[in-house]
Amino acid sequence: MISRNEVIETNKMIEHENLDVRTITMGISLLDCCDSDVNILCGKIYDKILRYAGKLVKTGEEIEREFGVPIVNKRVAVTPIALVGGCACKTPADYVKIAKTLDKAAKEVGVNFLGGYSAIVSKGMTEADKNLILSIPEALAATEYVCSSVNVGSTKTGIDMDAVRLMGEVIKRTAALTAQRDSIGCAKLVVLCNAPDDNPFMAGAFHGVSEGDAVISVGVSGPGVVKTAIEKVRGADFETLCETIKKTAFKITRVGQLVAREASARLGIPFGIIDLSLAPTPAVGDSVAEILEEIGLESVGAPGTTAALAMLNDQVKKGGVMASGYVGGLSGAFIPVSEDRGMIDAVNAGALSIEKLEAMTCVCSVGLDMIAVAGDTPAATISGIIADEAAIGVVNQKTTAVRIIPVCGKQVGESVEFGGLLGKAPIMPVNGYSPAAFISRKGRIPAPIHSFKN
Amino acid sequence: MKKLIITVVGKDTVGIIAKVCTYLSENDINILDISQTIVDGWFNMMMVVDASAAKKTAGDVCDELRAIGEGIGVQINCQSSEIFEQMHRI
Repeated sequence: MISRNEVIETNKMIEHENLDVRTITMGISLLDCCDSDVNILCGKIYDKILRYAGKLVKTGEEIEREFGVPIVNKRVAVTPIALVGGCACKTPADYVKIAKTLDKAAKEVGVNFLGGYSAIVSKGMTEADKNLILSIPEALAATEYVCSSVNVGSTKTGIDMDAVRLMGEVIKRTAALTAQRDSIGCAKLVVLCNAPDDNPFMAGAFHGVSEGDAVISVGVSGPGVVKTAIEKVRGADFETLCETIKKTAFKITRVGQLVAREASARLGIPFGIIDLSLAPTPAVGDSVAEILEEIGLESVGAPGTTAALAMLNDQVKKGGVMASGYVGGLSGAFIPVSEDRGMIDAVNAGALSIEKLEAMTCVCSVGLDMIAVAGDTPAATISGIIADEAAIGVVNQKTTAVRIIPVCGKQVGESVEFGGLLGKAPIMPVNGYSPAAFISRKGRIPAPIHSFKN
Repeated sequence: MKKLIITVVGKDTVGIIAKVCTYLSENDINILDISQTIVDGWFNMMMVVDASAAKKTAGDVCDELRAIGEGIGVQINCQSSEIFEQMHRI
């Protein structure tokens, strides 16, 4: 029998410590929608998304009411559109038609984001991949709910530097086309390395080709719960600290597992994975930075930050793995700047730089996330930042990503407000020396020696 | 069996249990266990109920109980017991 204290503990987590399920994401394969006529293709895509995800939001809300735990986002991820549209789309403009269709479908089913406007080009680009990538600025400017991602490298293939160079330009153009809205298009565009096929979190979610027809994946959350738990062991040794984080991660993940199982049963779609990432929000008390500070750093960014984050990330995984049958996706602590109040404060105080964030991405998922920089940052510099993150991913056999926003017309010292979950970002200074000659080299960086495991 | 856990927290007043129990009986929900204390004038109750005979969905029952709580100035939470079992039992 459940005791009163256990009931109170759970409800306290939900009411005061922002325990929630961050997202139920339905992955839908669009491979069977392929057609050589773009209008027929769009019709099939729209119909399939509505057929599969029509009840997603309502089911999520029912589960929310029944278990009393908030499910913040309901989302859809689709097969990388470069593959789906390859046969029909001869120009970037053709791809934009698909983007508009996806947007319409997302709006109709009521999800708040739809991911998968993506290309996987870790070794090279097909004509279709290139057309999709070139269409991203227009697609993100013309849509509201569509998220885009491009995978430019992997441990097995190395880094496609042609794609890296192109993405620097695409990010700049996306910023320019959404300049009226503080370049918000870039907040929905992520450049990945070693992208997983089953990530439920935006903007990098897509339904990989290794997946079945449809799948339910769930992203849990709970930085506030972890912070409250470790407040109680302030000053204790590392063993106690780690045990506390593990136990808390276990409890958080069990809620995610329950929600995933229910959603899967009610929608009649197989359960895929739980993503164990600690995902912050701009809300007070829902910050990964605050956990690091509770562990003992004066401010996130101080020496010791990387070590504290590595430990936190590892303990979250160790606790979470046992709570779920299948763990996947990104599964690590997220450190988006604009979406985490503690990170924003640290940047404003001068405690946290892009270079320190880069070091932190070596030990946690996922990468340089939601970082606003000056609008006049050159495309080559952005490509250089992407190449650095991709190299960290390739060498460490982990997922890394760059979601950077060169905000048109803004300079260091200013800040930009995206609103909602995307939060508020101070413009961060970037190293002014140029990597242009390095970035202009053609071809790819070979796979590292330790990728040859056969 | 569809087990729900109802918790009621708030300032003690006449008829809290009566209100909740009336609602439960009207909706064919059977009480399995009930425990209640008052700490410093604050009413604190936990109920385990079986809603398998209820015609309404668990979500609707939870919403309606919450509304009853708001009417008498206490906070009523009603959740499927699974969330607690999952979280606190291996």
